[in-house]
Amino acid sequence: MSEQNTLTYARVNDDIIRMLDKPTFKWWALFLPTLLFVGFGLFCFIYQVYTGLGVAGYRHPVFWGVYITDFVFWVGIAHSGTLISAILFLFRANFRMSIYRIAEGMTVFAVLTAGLFPIIHLGRPWNFYWLFPYPNQRELWVNFKSPLLWDVFAVSTYLTVSSVFFFIGLIPDIAAVRDRVKEVPRKIMYSVLSLGWKGSNWEWLHYTRAYLFFAAFATPLVLSVHSVVSWDFAMSNLPGWHTTIFAPYFVAGAIFSGLGMVITLTVPIRKIFHLEDYITLDNYDGMAKLIMLTSGIVGYAYGIEFFMAWYSGVPAEWYQFYYRATGEYALFYWIMVVCNVVIPLPLWFKRVRRNILALFIISIFINIGMWFERFNIIVISLSRGFDPAAWGIYTPSWVEIGITVGSFAWFFMFFLIFLKTLPSVSIAEMKEILPVPKKEAKT
Amino acid sequence: MSDKQGVLGIFSYVDVTIETVKKLKDAGFNNLRVFSPVPNHEIEEVMDEPESIVRFFTLGGAMLGAACGVGFTVLMSTDWPISVSAKPIVSLPPFMVIIFELTILMGALATLLGLLINSRLRRNAPITMYDTRFSEDKFGVMITCEKENVKDAEEILTSQGAEDIKFDGV
Repeated sequence: MSEQNTLTYARVNDDIIRMLDKPTFKWWALFLPTLLFVGFGLFCFIYQVYTGLGVAGYRHPVFWGVYITDFVFWVGIAHSGTLISAILFLFRANFRMSIYRIAEGMTVFAVLTAGLFPIIHLGRPWNFYWLFPYPNQRELWVNFKSPLLWDVFAVSTYLTVSSVFFFIGLIPDIAAVRDRVKEVPRKIMYSVLSLGWKGSNWEWLHYTRAYLFFAAFATPLVLSVHSVVSWDFAMSNLPGWHTTIFAPYFVAGAIFSGLGMVITLTVPIRKIFHLEDYITLDNYDGMAKLIMLTSGIVGYAYGIEFFMAWYSGVPAEWYQFYYRATGEYALFYWIMVVCNVVIPLPLWFKRVRRNILALFIISIFINIGMWFERFNIIVISLSRGFDPAAWGIYTPSWVEIGITVGSFAWFFMFFLIFLKTLPSVSIAEMKEILPVPKKEAKT
Repeated sequence: MSDKQGVLGIFSYVDVTIETVKKLKDAGFNNLRVFSPVPNHEIEEVMDEPESIVRFFTLGGAMLGAACGVGFTVLMSTDWPISVSAKPIVSLPPFMVIIFELTILMGALATLLGLLINSRLRRNAPITMYDTRFSEDKFGVMITCEKENVKDAEEILTSQGAEDIKFDGV
């Protein structure tokens, strides 16, 4: 932490609250195009609702395509936020301090994005509430044995808990902003959001305990949610899906992709807002080591899937994996392997882990690779089931691509608003890793 | 009109703040409040407040969530039993997922409630007894005492080198 020794409590407030100054031209130059793409995504969705689900590229036998790929991708992105904020908190890993707020914000916005896709994927999206158990005139309840219903409970719990956790962490920082801003509307907004926080010993006593319990709850939750998402697939008996390694494979993949996205987001923020003293090379080094670990796990999973398919002695299972690596979708399969296993390999060298440009480039490839991983699992498995007479090829339509692009814009739109409204580096927690001001140290 | 008076001393250093609290306690001032920009174990130790009861909210919420999970799944499944592939109507392994998620959800929401109730946000100190520097880099000690003891409290704060002293009727 030697790089943070020049920081003081007052400077932390100055630097981080300055990020909330009036949006600049550059911010608008990023924000307005995102609005445009969100609008295009919305247009595609309205067109799909008006015309019918036929405008998506679904063809027999592939009826889960890009939308479900997007759902799993965004749920995965959401995971490292909670990993960084909760699991690393319990392990007292100090490198999380400067990045956890951005990661938590990313989590909330990614779950908000993910939650749209099961609805977009419905033929009649206006009936989405049928997924929830509510008293109705047919006296009919939902099927609790279905993994799809587990998903509803898991993802909505995850959204609620991660949003509350995000907000709790923000309270002392919002109070710091409240004490600084002068304009009346902003003062009112931050006063309401800070819930009257004053930083008394009583507040800190309950706050620190509550935060610990939130972290303790969020930790098993984060592991459960992506396990549940993986069981959407693993509980069926389709070749390529019906495997016991899916839960740990998905959880490792989720953390891997989420860390990739954290690096993709923090590198430009660090540069634009001059946060070099906050988000240090040590922080990136810690994240890069986690990427090395999770990349190794997903690489192992890619390999062991082939072994299990061969060892099972089931021809359909073995053909599924042979087809993944050599069939019509082989290009996507090898993009996944190269992006997720080969490109992160240089991270074994310390020089690469501490090179911001190299990390940024690797993180972009990880994002691409992990999107294709979900596409491969979903689409390739569905296109080659047990019965050769029912095999088919799926190609995404322009509507699906438009909605996917719109979802990225939707995510970045929230993120850009977040950067200008809430402190994106935790003021209170950054101060916790600085030396406490003591008179005896001065004398 | 209350006979109580609030006195607030503002400090730059945590060790001086802690020393001040000790002196005030030795002088018989027990209604104290310390403000700080970060949580601090030494302050917690010297203030010697009882352990937070937020944990009981968490436990209660989690147990209620688990009970709701069992209730939801079992009662709704038996309310309209649909037998699929000879699977049991009440089957705990799949229900465990729902029970687990509701345990976490209600435990977390109860923790939030526990925090809001116990930390007494919005009403734990009069607003004039707060200084905006507490959210930046200053520490504060607030004493609530009888009006006749204000002078003694002020003397201790001054002798400890308080940078600023504020007074308010409580």
